[in-house]
Amino acid sequence: MPTELQVPIASEADIVTARQKGRELAASTGFSGTEQTLIATAISEIARNIVTYAKRGEIHLSALQEDGRRGVLVVARDDGPGISDPQLAMQDGYSTAKSLGLGLPGAKRLMDEFDLATAPGKGTTVTMKKWVR
Amino acid sequence: MAVPILKQGDFLIASIQAALSDHDLVQLRDELSERVGRWRCRGLVIDVTALDVLDSFATRTVRGIAQTAKLRGAETVIVGIQPDVAFTMVQLGLTFDDVETALDLEEGLALLRRIVRGSFRRAH
Repeated sequence: MPTELQVPIASEADIVTARQKGRELAASTGFSGTEQTLIATAISEIARNIVTYAKRGEIHLSALQEDGRRGVLVVARDDGPGISDPQLAMQDGYSTAKSLGLGLPGAKRLMDEFDLATAPGKGTTVTMKKWVR
Repeated sequence: MAVPILKQGDFLIASIQAALSDHDLVQLRDELSERVGRWRCRGLVIDVTALDVLDSFATRTVRGIAQTAKLRGAETVIVGIQPDVAFTMVQLGLTFDDVETALDLEEGLALLRRIVRGSFRRAH
C-alpha cells in the first residue's frame, strides 16, 4: 500500500473507490476497524459533495507521521462553484441539493481535524486529519 | 452491481452483496417498489450486512425505500447493520427514523411477520 495516492472524482463510482482506498490506507496506518469505517464514511461524504456540486475534482490521501503519532490526511479539492456561505454549509441539516445536509458537518464530526477553504468561483478544498489513538 | 431480490411467501428479501454506488441504490429502490406491486408483497427485508459504509445518501435512500414500500402497502425491516457502521451513523447524526431494524435476516423475518400480522388485525 503506497502511503500517498490520488483518486480522481468524476462519477458516483469514484465515491466508492475513494472510500475503499481511504479504508485501505487507514488499515495500513494502524487504525482500528471502527476508525477505518469513520474515515471511509467521512471520505464518502466529501467525495459526494464533489460529484453533486462540482461534478469533478480529486481526493488526495496520505499517511501522516508527526511527533511520534500516526494518522491520515485527506484533501478533497475541486474547481467547482465554491460555497458562498461556508458557515451555513457547516450547519447540520443545511443543503442546497435536497440531501440530509449532513455531509460537511458530519465529516467534521467523524474526523479529528477539519478545514474548509472555499469562495464563490474559487472551488472548494476540504482538509481532514485523523490520528491513531 | 445488481442486488438479488428473492421472494419468500408474501415477503421480498433484498440481499446486498457488495458496496453499492448511489446509482445502484436508486435502482434498488425503484425495483423493489415495482416488485411489491407485481408480486403483491406485504413485507420487505433489506439485508445490508455486506455494506461497510452507510453514509447520508445511502441512509436517505434506504429510508426512501421503506417509505415508498409503505405507501404501496408493504412493511420494511432493515437487517445486518454492522457494529462499526451503526457507531458511525450515530456519530454522523443519521437515523432510520420510523424504519424497523433487526439484527439479522432470521430476526428480520420474524419481526416482519409480527408487524404484518399486527396491521392485519388492526384493519379487521
